[in-house]
Amino acid sequence: MSDIAAEAGIGPFVRRELLAANLPPPAKRGLIGWAREHLISGPFNITMTILSVLLILLIVPPLVRFMLIDAVWTGDNREACVNASGACWPFVKAKFGQFIYGFYPIAERWRPNAVFALGALLLAPLLIPRAPFKRLNAILFFGVFPIVAFVLLTGGNFSLFQFIIGRIVPLAYFVGPPWEIMGLTASFWLDYLISSVLIVSLTAAIAHFLGGNPRAVARMASLLLFLLGLALLACDFDFGLVPVETPAWGGLLVTLVVAVTGIVVSLPLGILLALGRRSELPAVKAFSIVFIEFWRGVPLITVLFFATYMLPLFLPGGLSINGLLRALIGVALFAAAYMAEVVRGGLQAIPKGQYEGAAALGLGYWQTMGQVVLPQALTLVIPGIVNTFIGLFKDTTLVLIVAIFDFLGQIRAAFTDPNWSTSTTLFTGFAFGAVVYFIFCFSMSRYSMFVERRLSAGKRH
Amino acid sequence: MVDIAERAPRERGSLLTNPLARSIFIQATLLVLVIGAGWYFYENARANLAAQRIATGLGFWNNTAGFGISQTLIPYSETSTYGRAFVVGLLNTLLVAGLGIVFATALGFLVGVARLSKNWLIAKVAEVYVEVIRNLPLLFQILFWYLAVLSTLPSPRQSFSFFGLAFVNNRGLVVPEPIFNEGSGAVGIAFLAGLALAVIVRYWARARQMRTGQIYPAGRTALALIFGLPLLVYLVLGAPIRFDLPELKGLNFSTGLRIIPEFIALLLALSTYTAAFIAEIVRAGILAVNKGQTEAAYSLGLPPGLTLRLVVVPQALRVIIPPLTSQYLNLTKNSSLAVAIGYPDFFALFAGTTLNQTGQAIEIIALTMAVYLAISLITSGLMNFYNRRVALVER
Amino acid sequence: MKRFASMLALGLVVCAQSASGQTLKAVTDRGMLNCGANGTLAGFGLPDAQGKWTGLDVDVCRAVAAAIFNDANKVKFVPLSAKDRFTALQSGEVDVLVRNTTWTSSRDTSLGLNFTGVDYYDGQGFMVRKALKVNSALELGDASVCVQQGTTTELNLADFFHAHNMKLKTVTFATANEAVKAYDAGRCDAYTTDASGLYAERLRLANSNDHIVLPEIISKEPLGPAVRHGDDQWFDVVKWTLFALINAEDLGITKGNVDEMMKSPSPEIRRVLGLEGNSGESLGLTNDWVVRIVKAVGNYGEMFENDVGANSPLKIERGLNKLWSKGGLQYAPPIR
Repeated sequence: MSDIAAEAGIGPFVRRELLAANLPPPAKRGLIGWAREHLISGPFNITMTILSVLLILLIVPPLVRFMLIDAVWTGDNREACVNASGACWPFVKAKFGQFIYGFYPIAERWRPNAVFALGALLLAPLLIPRAPFKRLNAILFFGVFPIVAFVLLTGGNFSLFQFIIGRIVPLAYFVGPPWEIMGLTASFWLDYLISSVLIVSLTAAIAHFLGGNPRAVARMASLLLFLLGLALLACDFDFGLVPVETPAWGGLLVTLVVAVTGIVVSLPLGILLALGRRSELPAVKAFSIVFIEFWRGVPLITVLFFATYMLPLFLPGGLSINGLLRALIGVALFAAAYMAEVVRGGLQAIPKGQYEGAAALGLGYWQTMGQVVLPQALTLVIPGIVNTFIGLFKDTTLVLIVAIFDFLGQIRAAFTDPNWSTSTTLFTGFAFGAVVYFIFCFSMSRYSMFVERRLSAGKRH
Repeated sequence: MVDIAERAPRERGSLLTNPLARSIFIQATLLVLVIGAGWYFYENARANLAAQRIATGLGFWNNTAGFGISQTLIPYSETSTYGRAFVVGLLNTLLVAGLGIVFATALGFLVGVARLSKNWLIAKVAEVYVEVIRNLPLLFQILFWYLAVLSTLPSPRQSFSFFGLAFVNNRGLVVPEPIFNEGSGAVGIAFLAGLALAVIVRYWARARQMRTGQIYPAGRTALALIFGLPLLVYLVLGAPIRFDLPELKGLNFSTGLRIIPEFIALLLALSTYTAAFIAEIVRAGILAVNKGQTEAAYSLGLPPGLTLRLVVVPQALRVIIPPLTSQYLNLTKNSSLAVAIGYPDFFALFAGTTLNQTGQAIEIIALTMAVYLAISLITSGLMNFYNRRVALVER
Repeated sequence: MKRFASMLALGLVVCAQSASGQTLKAVTDRGMLNCGANGTLAGFGLPDAQGKWTGLDVDVCRAVAAAIFNDANKVKFVPLSAKDRFTALQSGEVDVLVRNTTWTSSRDTSLGLNFTGVDYYDGQGFMVRKALKVNSALELGDASVCVQQGTTTELNLADFFHAHNMKLKTVTFATANEAVKAYDAGRCDAYTTDASGLYAERLRLANSNDHIVLPEIISKEPLGPAVRHGDDQWFDVVKWTLFALINAEDLGITKGNVDEMMKSPSPEIRRVLGLEGNSGESLGLTNDWVVRIVKAVGNYGEMFENDVGANSPLKIERGLNKLWSKGGLQYAPPIR
């Protein structure tokens, strides 16, 4: 069979000559291959590419020309920039102090600088996951730093008159005229000592009566009072700093003060509200839900208006609260509601087994929460907290509507200076503001992504 | 034995460890604190108002407002009442928020999809857009759009003209104004009828497809009905709606519909800002759909377009809707920033001007908060309703 | 120096000031007068880059401080916007409000404040671009007008256009700065505020010479200091400080000659300077209160010329603000 086939020349088909080589497949690698796949793989794709290029051409070159090439770099007044078509950087240079510190006295600007430096110094190791002494660091940043910053920025040396007993008994009368040593008011501190002793013995007595542990309760109360005393001492003591009233503060300083205070106050408040919302006690739960949903349902600006125009009417006649503080109260309450929802997300992610395990060990509610649940939940929601902070940082701009001059407010105020009124002043100010805000917010959002990746890395096995 | 028996009653006597007593105690304390604080604030407010002789109540509601408003959707004049100014402001807020939601959603979906595009360049452009816009404060952007863009626009006499139909100048955008003559109502009715017919056609087409497997081009038919029907009626009735072209007379354009720059700046800032957030939500939603779903759809022979419409989007929507709701709420609340650039929204008119003219802070701010709260609750209610509809039906 | 302790953590340590009726005592105890001022209006209240305040309104506060403390620098100026000024006074954040505020019946009766007098008689006017070739406010029909929110200006504007049957397009801004900025950017044809304010704001425009102030004055705007309702003693102190300034000008007592004037035989001058009678003590001050005031800030005429008049960049004519004896409206009851 095979022979015949072979003779007939029709055997199995066997190619005798080499086929012409195929064209190589389109390169998938290299610049060209990459471009082919990602930029011009079809008519639609090509259209998209052309559109993008046009968009980039429309925006980037004019921007670069404005910011760098056509920009004016030196000068002392509007004459330098009046004919320029680019940014007027001398304007930013001249107003730089105002943008950062507002009207904070020039001679005293080392104080905000010190606060900035101290804050950065304490914050950096707190943000680096590998840095040691986290607990101490957190206590320093959340407990000590605010008081130091408060005293440094305001100048401290507040007049303290009455604590608790002093409101009922005119102690100042016994001490005589309100004499002071190094800025400390004698009548106040006498009042403080008597009140503290009374409070400690009262709480111990109640604990004893209810069958608790009076000694532990007394220790707790003394510790709290001692810490409060230290904080008050720092505020009362005369450090010899020139007082700087808050209306003189401004610029980035106010932006940071509002944002940092907001976050420091709202975190504990938010945790309490989140716990309250998940509580089994109906009254606590209802209160938390109403509180959270109310603040989340209204715009921040109404909250600021509430704090600025309505709050004074709710306080006893003659009691006035500083304008910045009023805004801070509003911002803190508002942020607390959002923070509560973030924390609640973390609480919900903790498996039931953890609660049951804690219960099996005989831990009470606060022990369960403090030792088992919250440490895990808070770690989980760090990205959420950072995101809330970014939101808060951006929202601080709203204080300019209630006449507090934050960073954006100072920029806008600078536009009205006739010494610098040129056609490019406005754009220069916005460009500078955009760069500053972007650096702050972008780096924070990158940090939050970094933490998120780190957290999810732990879950991958 | 004796020891234990002696100790037991003492432990039972400890109220601190009794869960019921504790729960009652904590809740009672909270209640007392809340009521006490409420009473304290009420008493203070009452005393302050009495001491300073500040008027109370909503008596101002029917008084003449006496101020002008630059944009009114319903007739309003200086002699109208505060109550009417309230409504004018509310409508202005709803207008800017409603349009803002529409634009932000459209732009957000576009950018979100662009970020996932295989085209590297467009994905990068979308990413840069999202990062830049998200990381700048909204108020900053509103002021930028208003102050910076306004200052580059020409005066009315040197307006940019779009074929003589629309003009842009530093007083805003002037477009032809529709004048509704007799019979315009019919056109409106025709439009509504077209809309209703389109919905019916869609249901019918869906049912027929289920029955026979045949596909009917419902989309094109719907378009034809919605726009064709009114057009037909319009032509049959002899063009009852006329457009008044903008015409420069004296200082300003006397005819034509004027859209004020405050509105444009606010709308632009709100939509672009919210769109950046929506883009991220959309991206996350699409990424959340398992790749196997797309592959399965392809293996069934569905073309990419249908795969996207019938397989990917419905599943992505489930992930998208809840965060989208909060973005809508944010946009509505953020519209109150109008006060910074003088757009007469509800907040600016009521908590701004009216508060100043009447001085009744408590009533006005409480009412303002209540209105925003109501808008928030209604919006989230609607979105929750929609969410329930698109949610995966667990079987 | 000890300062106010408005509050500290937990609200535990609150130094509540005494309630109404004792503002003078509270101010004396505090050692500082809290004065609500404008902060952005040249000629009336404006801090310079070093934080030093100048202006007519500001000087009225200095005069009050001088009368109380014999030190015109014991004033803390709180910059207030038109919107938050009344709240600040009501809540006690400031003791006196001198922020070019128009005295109207509704403010006097239903906002919980009392006006103590008039330190500047003003009226509302319009500013337009010269290029517009408008010579009268009556030609402003159909014009867009930029105005500040929460002012009498806003209401007068609407009244004026309504009364003359002209169509108005108001563009309202929360602060004067924003309104001026928008006008400068071309958003409006005209900007309206008190005439004095128009002159002050014009200086801050990009090209001040391209703008003119129209001749029409469409309203009465008596601007004056206000105090909280219900504290008559404090009301008297602020009211009579203003009267003292005008009386001093009336009698020719100036910053420069006040010491010489002490030797004057005129019983009227001797009464005003506290050499006879006890006008100061009955106010709760010392009898040389007028001397203190005039030494600190000069008399009304000197204040006017330095802050808004010939010696200032504004160069406003005294007009209505001349003394009654020279054909103006400034008239003070006698001190006796």
